[in-house]
Amino acid sequence: MNIVVRAADGGIDAPALTRRAAELRGKIIGMSHAAQAAHLASSLSCADIVTAAYWHVLRIDAARPKDPLRDRFILSKGHAAAALYAALAMKGFFALQELDTYCQDGGRLAEHPPANLLPGVEAATGSLGHGLPLGCGMALSGRIKGEVFRVFALLSDGENNEGSVWEAAMFAAAQKLDNVCVIVDYNKWQATARSNETLMLAPLADKWTAFGWDAREIDGHDVGAVAEAMQRVPNGSGKPVALIAHTVKGKGVSFMEDDNNWHYRAPTADEVVKARKELGLA
Amino acid sequence: MRNAFADELTKLGDEDARVVMLSGDIGNRLFDKFKARHAQRFFNCGVAEANMMGVAAGMAMNGLRPVAYTITPFITTRCLEQIRTDVCYHEAPVTIVAVGAGLAYAGLGPTHHACEDIAFLRSLPNMVVICPGDSFEVRAALRACLQQDRPVYIRLGKKGEPVVHSGPLADFAIGKAITMARGSDACLLSTGNMLPEATEAAHALELQGISTEVVSFHTVKPLDEACLTDVFARFPLVATIEEHSRIGGFGAAVAEWLIDNSVRPRQFIRFGTPDAFFKKSGEQDYAREVLGLSAPQIAAKVADALRQTRQ
Repeated sequence: MNIVVRAADGGIDAPALTRRAAELRGKIIGMSHAAQAAHLASSLSCADIVTAAYWHVLRIDAARPKDPLRDRFILSKGHAAAALYAALAMKGFFALQELDTYCQDGGRLAEHPPANLLPGVEAATGSLGHGLPLGCGMALSGRIKGEVFRVFALLSDGENNEGSVWEAAMFAAAQKLDNVCVIVDYNKWQATARSNETLMLAPLADKWTAFGWDAREIDGHDVGAVAEAMQRVPNGSGKPVALIAHTVKGKGVSFMEDDNNWHYRAPTADEVVKARKELGLA
Repeated sequence: MRNAFADELTKLGDEDARVVMLSGDIGNRLFDKFKARHAQRFFNCGVAEANMMGVAAGMAMNGLRPVAYTITPFITTRCLEQIRTDVCYHEAPVTIVAVGAGLAYAGLGPTHHACEDIAFLRSLPNMVVICPGDSFEVRAALRACLQQDRPVYIRLGKKGEPVVHSGPLADFAIGKAITMARGSDACLLSTGNMLPEATEAAHALELQGISTEVVSFHTVKPLDEACLTDVFARFPLVATIEEHSRIGGFGAAVAEWLIDNSVRPRQFIRFGTPDAFFKKSGEQDYAREVLGLSAPQIAAKVADALRQTRQ
């Protein structure tokens, strides 16, 4: 279960990662249906990023979830918890069957990741703009204690509305936290409107560059490209790294893609069948 | 209190490699000693308190003992959500130190006043709230905080306040109020930087023949319930004294305790600030005078109340 997907030469096995991403999407869709929970489209848009992180990039071990030297992955866009839970279960941090308890009474898998409750969850998120400051604190603690690890924070594009993100961006640059990496899931939608019609994010990569980061734009659905970009952290620039990942909300299911109704809608049983077929999971 | 804090922190930084100092771009030169000895454990986080609190929580989650410091409104209400979610929800042992309690910075205007912070902070799960009464309590409280594993809020005055205790407090304990003077007619429960006023008020009452007990009730959460049980049983009049709104502060906490425990006080007075911003210019002593929080005013109100019951 807990196997990093790598090609025979140790490089990125993109086809295998792509299959993992499809499986992850299948789990997420099933969970959304069973729980009739919101944020399905947000979870699907970051599925390739989460796959790249958990199946290629992160130095983590499900058997030692508190290892001081592990890489930290903070799902700052906590509303995509289904994607995180599914990945953690598939990686063996807890039993796959526990995914059936998602949003159920008395369970550990709430709609947003909990604090100090579930192995593999680095931080309780759900309120946006918290993950990066926490990550900076973790990175600095590593520096102080002489522990070498990396910190990845996955942010939504709407999350870039929060001032605390930019406070942290300036702080990380001033402290030269080159082991910190932000990935922005830039699906161009926030909860109720187009992102750039709400608060102007564009040019988003230029903004992160101007804030002292080594920023680049990537295709957030090219799981191999995402894995390669994340794997390069720290990249020798001496700066924290921002990956502006262009994505499509609801990616992977034709009738959900770029339709913001799926920010809140949950699929019917029939829609689950159709979606799984499209993902090649039928 | 401020200088005692910086001095004690430097000592604690020497003793414990987990201690990290985060400042919100204040305390020019105040932390020079700490910086000189532990440059890699001092961070000026700039005027960005939300980030500072998140950074502190992230450090605490990874085994460090960060102390985050700036002026009271900016390290409490400005970043209250970070305190609630990053610090308290994660049970991250961050020590939040606020300077300028109540009306300590009266002259700077309501942007810098802090008469609501106790109310906000004590409502947060997992949070301990400490309001030291003088510089000896500051040192002891800081030391005690870093020896336990919970989030703590420490509310400092400013600098140069009168010292009330005669020396270091070897047996200081979080949640254990300190009896400063014994009495039998009235009991003044003081929290935070009002301790010198309470002490002076008690002195004035003694001169009028009213035997007055003074308690430094430095920990507002958790309350010292044994102390409350004792004083409400023994005294015909108990007063709480704080430089904080009467809404939600120390006196309110004691009132809640009375109701919840079916304790009927014979007389209970809550000294605190009103439900209003203090907009006039002027320093702390002036503000206290206007708001009825000076020692003579406290003494007069207590004496009047006692006279009325005796009639």
